[in-house]
Amino acid sequence: MKLRRSMLFLPGANAAMLSTAYIYRPDSIMFDLEDAVSLREKDAARLLVFHALQNPMYEDIETVVRINPLNTPFGLKDLEAAVRGGVDVVRLPKTDSANDVRELETQVARIEAECGREIGSTQLMAAIESASGVVNALSIATSSPRLIGIALAGFDYVIDMQTERGDGTELFYARCAVLHAARAAGIDAFDVVYSDINDEAGFLKEVDLIRRLGFNGKSLINPRQIELLHNAYAPTEEDASYARRVIAAAEAAEANGLGVIALNGKMIDAPIVNHARRTLQMVAASGTRK
Amino acid sequence: MKIIKQAIAGTLESSDLLVKVAPAANDDLEIVLHSEVIKQFGAQIRQVIDQTLAQLGVTTGSFIIEDKGALDCVIRARLQAAVLRACDCENLNWEQLS
Repeated sequence: MKLRRSMLFLPGANAAMLSTAYIYRPDSIMFDLEDAVSLREKDAARLLVFHALQNPMYEDIETVVRINPLNTPFGLKDLEAAVRGGVDVVRLPKTDSANDVRELETQVARIEAECGREIGSTQLMAAIESASGVVNALSIATSSPRLIGIALAGFDYVIDMQTERGDGTELFYARCAVLHAARAAGIDAFDVVYSDINDEAGFLKEVDLIRRLGFNGKSLINPRQIELLHNAYAPTEEDASYARRVIAAAEAAEANGLGVIALNGKMIDAPIVNHARRTLQMVAASGTRK
Repeated sequence: MKIIKQAIAGTLESSDLLVKVAPAANDDLEIVLHSEVIKQFGAQIRQVIDQTLAQLGVTTGSFIIEDKGALDCVIRARLQAAVLRACDCENLNWEQLS
């Protein structure tokens, strides 16, 4: 089970950030070739990301590249750089329908074949940024076996909805729709960025909300947010202790050839055991909540 | 690849590299390298530059390179960006760039 709590955005044109970001240890690093790169630097950023992807410093961190949409002059070139550079996941922005993902999948398969990369080894994620995308969330989420997750992108979405970022009410339906689509498809769901990096309390309030809703994690724009996010997602000591008892009971039942797992006289079923495993994985990744 | 016009790629920020390239007056390959870490890494930087230009098939041109402690991967990327801009090259040959 791959943890994807934190996905750190890095501007693809910034050499210093590309050279150092791995030290912050987010779960995933996302090199941005889209909004964070000016039109005149698209070519240079593409080459920087292509070479950074092949650098050993990113060997043990999941790499993601946000390409420009395929209907722009940059999208296909970005995709060539990302796939040939060995990226783990390509993030498609402005995904409005399942066809957008299928078109991307076709191009990825072509590039994999051309550069000798294993067909199917490049994973995909789709960012939903419009009312159409939210309405089509389930068909998007189920459009390709390569999809590892879908993300909600808040800025474009609220503009499309003719509203603005506020207390989260404006995103409530979209968050729930994207999350349900992801869960129904069996893939991950990522929440929007929180852009005010100096508002720690506001960030933590939003993280608490999306964690309780069920999101796997959040896109981040500053390394300072990583530890805060990981700590908020860390299980409490009480949760960790219960999870250890559940796993111990499951192992004892298996050792004794029992089909039914019991803890303190109560039956435990498979989803509870799976949840306990995930809890302990979180503990192993970032300890218990401080 | 033939350098047909002046071009610049990169920045003077820390961990980056600025590459200025122009057609050479007498079809030579001239490379001027300034680096904050020339004593420790000058030979290695020069090797990356030579290898990258050879891969691109660049045999003439005037290069002025200001290194601010860039990693090898950044050196390659900036040099390639400058050359591609100076050659007006739109269609990339990824084998040359790897």
